[in-house]
Amino acid sequence: MSDATANGPVLAADGTPLKKSLQRSLRHKKFRALMLIAPLLAFVLVTFVAPIGAMLLRSVENQIVPDTLPRTVVALADWDATSGELPDEAAFAALAADLAEAFDNKTHVKLAIRLNYESPGMTSLFKKTGKAAARRFDPDQPYRQQFIDLRPEWGEVEIWQLLKTYSSRYTNGYFVNAIDMQKTPDGLVMKPDGQRVYMASMLRTLGLTLVITLLCLTIGYPIAFLLANLPMSKANLLMILVLLPFWTSLLVRTSAWKVLLQQQGVVNDVLVWLGVLADDSRLELINNQTGTIITMTHILLPFMILPLYSVMKGIPPYYVRAAKSLGATNWTAFWRVYFPQSIPGIGAGAILVFILSVGYYITPELVGGRSGKFISNWIADFVLKSPNWGLAAALGAILLALVMVLYVLYDKIVGIDNVKLG
Amino acid sequence: MSKLPPYATTGQRIWHYSFLVICGLIFFFLIFPIIVIVPLSFNAQPYFTFTPEMLALDPAGFSTEHYQKFFNDADWQRALWNSISIAPMATFLAVSLGTLAAVGLSQSHVPFRGTIMALLISPMIVPLIISATGMYFFYSQIGIQGTYWGVVLAHTVLGIPFVIITVTATLVGFDHSLTRAAANMGAGPVRTFFKIQMPLILPGVISGGLFAFITSFDEVVVTKFVGSASQTTLPWRMFTGLREQISPTILAVATILVGISIALLTVLELLRRRSERLRGITPS
Repeated sequence: MSDATANGPVLAADGTPLKKSLQRSLRHKKFRALMLIAPLLAFVLVTFVAPIGAMLLRSVENQIVPDTLPRTVVALADWDATSGELPDEAAFAALAADLAEAFDNKTHVKLAIRLNYESPGMTSLFKKTGKAAARRFDPDQPYRQQFIDLRPEWGEVEIWQLLKTYSSRYTNGYFVNAIDMQKTPDGLVMKPDGQRVYMASMLRTLGLTLVITLLCLTIGYPIAFLLANLPMSKANLLMILVLLPFWTSLLVRTSAWKVLLQQQGVVNDVLVWLGVLADDSRLELINNQTGTIITMTHILLPFMILPLYSVMKGIPPYYVRAAKSLGATNWTAFWRVYFPQSIPGIGAGAILVFILSVGYYITPELVGGRSGKFISNWIADFVLKSPNWGLAAALGAILLALVMVLYVLYDKIVGIDNVKLG
Repeated sequence: MSKLPPYATTGQRIWHYSFLVICGLIFFFLIFPIIVIVPLSFNAQPYFTFTPEMLALDPAGFSTEHYQKFFNDADWQRALWNSISIAPMATFLAVSLGTLAAVGLSQSHVPFRGTIMALLISPMIVPLIISATGMYFFYSQIGIQGTYWGVVLAHTVLGIPFVIITVTATLVGFDHSLTRAAANMGAGPVRTFFKIQMPLILPGVISGGLFAFITSFDEVVVTKFVGSASQTTLPWRMFTGLREQISPTILAVATILVGISIALLTVLELLRRRSERLRGITPS
């Protein structure tokens, strides 16, 4: 070896310099690790990340208007929407040509549905006008008068303002709608009072989630404390009482509560039998916020207990003993010494429960009634029941952003690598 | 909870016992809804509460009628069959892809490890309704919405975070000199993996697989969006049943599912004991 150092760089067995050889081996290692991860990464990108991307794209996409009415979009480009006057004859002629073509291709229905999201009544206006445009507009007469004769709405500036507002390929219209505002030529304004449903629902979701998180913390903390301070064999036995609900199907637990909390259910029966309630004043525990809160607290409680338990398990007992031997009362020793050490567990559990709870759909749908409805239920309705995919995507994007902020926070506090299961 | 010292004051005694009572009540809250559906599912009447006959433990008050209904109803049987054909396939895919990636992730030099990890865990964190909405849009575009494989792929990706978490956790304690020793004796990477590494990390792989299985077996939201009526699974059928006309058959199904969860929990507990014994830690 001493010869080699004297004569130049250290050589590996095959004669290349050792430094180079080590670098190559490191590169090789990195490459092999990446090759092992690559199949899964590709799989997740295609089956999960791409769908999320598709949803985000749909929340801003607005291809229907420019695709169906290309000439009108061009003709309206120079029109000043704030002038309060109708656009010129050329715009009406362009619209007539566009609608005639759209009617032949049957695309006018989609356009009508799209514009109806923004202003109710557009469906019938566009269907009627489309039919007329395909048959009997007279090219020698002024189009403007023919449109107004057909449906007087065409003489209103608002309809044209709407067309111009939604003539671009991408729009923030769905997001504007999702935060209960509307676009006007003068900028964004709040919707009338009675129509502000989504923000109210979002706030209710956050409020209920906060209540559920706090309840889980309040009743989860003593359990985690007890489990962490019992001898292993007893703690393992009691742990089964926490893990069994954790492993039981969500639907099973929801149906159990649905059955228990009915007006003729076991809980009301017991309260009547105990004499707490009169038979004719049974409590309404289901299909309202109470139902959602009770059921979701039960479902999410293990997610609070398990991280709390794992943190408390690591708190050395001698700090509390030392505090007591220095004269602290039980309460002071707990509050000033034990509790601060358990805060990481509280953070982990609370964020986990909050993240899981804020996106819940099944339980609020089944036991929440109208007042216990979460934002997720709106999203599902807009995808499956009364399709407005853009609005569903925008509401979803807002929810996703909220969850991502919490996810990053969770990563900072706990670390993704430290997530433990069971 | 350490025992009360003999010198404890009356106040401390009261506090100690009331704390135990509070904990007892919370445990009762946790376990009661799951236990109570078992006797209710044997109710001879189509009610959801205890009849006087049941409380008197009169055999006439009990029957297996709701179970017979479950096993003879074509709808429920198709749902059961769908669940049984989807969950194992999704579990198999999640476990094989997930284990491979976890082995890669636990090597010493992985570029962008944090980012990759966060990405692979994200299906667990992103609310199901958002995953479901996105998959509904995207899977329709690529033509697998409403097919068996669409549902299987969706369930696989939801199960992957669990496999990654459990297997990487097991690999933390894995002694890499064992694989080097195997390689030294002439075993190829594939043989080393199956003969040396796999048997040692098997408990983690199995518990990851159980998590992936239960995730798929329980999943409703994504199934409802990605699947069509012919992919109706057991929980989906329960969901429909609960929303429309709640029938006691649901309680029979729920009881069977509780049985399955107890079986899974037992397997996990045995695995945990085994790995503790192997590490030389015995529960005191």
